[in-house]
Amino acid sequence: MTNEQEFIITLNNVNKWYGQFHVLKDINLNVKVGERIVICGPSGSGKSTMIRCINHLEEHQEGDIVVDGVVLNNDLKNIGQIRKEVGMVFQHFNLFPHLTVLQNCTLAPIWVRKMPQKEAEAIAMKYLERVKIPEQANKFPGQLSGGQQQRVAIARSLCMNPRVMLFDEPTSALDPEMIKEVLDVMVELAQEGMTMLCVTHEMGFAKKVADRVIFMDAGQIVEENEPEEFFNNPQSDRTKLFLSQVLGH
Amino acid sequence: MEKFTPIESRPAPLVEVGIIGWMRRNLFSSIPNTLVTLFTAYMLWIVLVPFINWAFISSDWFGTSREDCSSGGACWVFVTVRWNLFMYGFYPEDSYWRPNLAFILLIVTIAWLSIPNLPFKKWVGIAAITVYPVVAYTLLYGGFGLEVIPTHRWGGLMLTLVLALIGIVAAIPIGILLALGRRSEMPVIKMVCVIFIEFWRGVPLITILFMASVMLPLFFAGGTDADKLMRALIGIIMFQSAYMAEVVRGGLQALSKGQFEGADALGLSYWQKMNLVVLPQALKIMIPGIVNTLISLFKDTSLIVIIGLLDVLGMVRQALSDPAWLGYPAEGYLFAAFMFWIFCFSMSRYSIYLEDRLNTGHRN
Repeated sequence: MTNEQEFIITLNNVNKWYGQFHVLKDINLNVKVGERIVICGPSGSGKSTMIRCINHLEEHQEGDIVVDGVVLNNDLKNIGQIRKEVGMVFQHFNLFPHLTVLQNCTLAPIWVRKMPQKEAEAIAMKYLERVKIPEQANKFPGQLSGGQQQRVAIARSLCMNPRVMLFDEPTSALDPEMIKEVLDVMVELAQEGMTMLCVTHEMGFAKKVADRVIFMDAGQIVEENEPEEFFNNPQSDRTKLFLSQVLGH
Repeated sequence: MEKFTPIESRPAPLVEVGIIGWMRRNLFSSIPNTLVTLFTAYMLWIVLVPFINWAFISSDWFGTSREDCSSGGACWVFVTVRWNLFMYGFYPEDSYWRPNLAFILLIVTIAWLSIPNLPFKKWVGIAAITVYPVVAYTLLYGGFGLEVIPTHRWGGLMLTLVLALIGIVAAIPIGILLALGRRSEMPVIKMVCVIFIEFWRGVPLITILFMASVMLPLFFAGGTDADKLMRALIGIIMFQSAYMAEVVRGGLQALSKGQFEGADALGLSYWQKMNLVVLPQALKIMIPGIVNTLISLFKDTSLIVIIGLLDVLGMVRQALSDPAWLGYPAEGYLFAAFMFWIFCFSMSRYSIYLEDRLNTGHRN
């Protein structure tokens, strides 16, 4: 058994600097197929930067990142290969405002996967139904609420049929009443066996679906454990402090 | 539990609507405001009434010589007598149908492309950038059995339109490429683009035209004498594409980083990202800036008088020095100004229409 077959994502001693600032320090992480991982930690701890390295939105300077058997380096072909297989959902949705919801969903399948338009539209409608907004298909993103936009963004990623989904604080920019509709979609996705890495502060979501919770601070992984152990019996005092702040009210 | 029922929305109160209400609010709301209104009305009265009287009511429109201008108002005969000269320059009279046909074809094509919901837009668009230039060139210049009419005989409005149109059509794509190059991460491409833009932007257009017509031939050996109009045109295109590049760069910077990342994360290549996601949004933001540059390009074409080509303004100025027609500068310049204004104003209105049509309600 090689690593590539066992783990879909491998981070091996990854280090990253912004100028002189050391943002990621000796990160080691192995993700199995079908595993759901929640990453939490205070702001500036490097959690977003870490998952953005996985699809090369950020460049790392030291260490190896292997995604689905492809080594991530500066080779454009490898980057393209990995981005096809890794979907990403952003805090601010990043939908394309000049395209309709349906066009947002079919853009990448048509141009990157070279899929015929009819087929891409059929797939897009399937995923829009799964995120429960097929009736909005011909509207523009600007006409939708934040929660609806984020669900479109999830559908847009799923249309590429990715092997892994990355979520970068998907509910942080949403009104409280809309968080639930997005989390519901994510829970459903997790229950279907999608491999997920999710940066979030929704501890309820972590308890419900995560196989593993990772706590980061100051650019390093402080602690990782199964959710039950993580919440009830944190090993590090830093984790304890963080949990008391988040769960304290 | 008490049931929550939202209050029905009601229409806004009708306070003072209609023309009377508007005038009361905006023109006569206070004593100083009323005084300003009355004073402005008086000023308009003493300026506009004599002007309208001069330009329209007691003016002469038809005739053949200055003796036909007897009513004391504007002598539009000065313009109508030279109408052909102002439109076509020294283009041979029996070939006027050639620029006319080229112009009609152009209008039809532009109308076809700009009216929404007409069919075959894609094919008309392709024809407009591939077939039309060849057809227009053949019609205007000659060849394929048509008599060759050298460019030094071109002039008037026709020359203005040729210069402006080719300048616009060439400057936009070159400007976009320069702007993308200037934001490129590849140092050589970036440096070439920066040098190009800063060089052409730092030199006055007059200097460029002058160099194109006087100095360029000195560098070439005899025999490789490029056409004068062609040389001026290349100068104008270089100059305007440098300006266009900076407008486009502004639009690219106005776009949020998330749009670039969203496209990257989906696996789109650089050119797919630019063509499908970035430029459609950036160009929309840039419409006012682009049209501003195009309008200034249109007006700058009259600078070619410096190298002896006579556009519509050049023709008017030449006509003013005709001894038989001395003394009608107002009519001549008003006519030239009006010609420029019509085209610039149309561009401006079309850009506003385009902005409205492309507005999808939300900018990221």
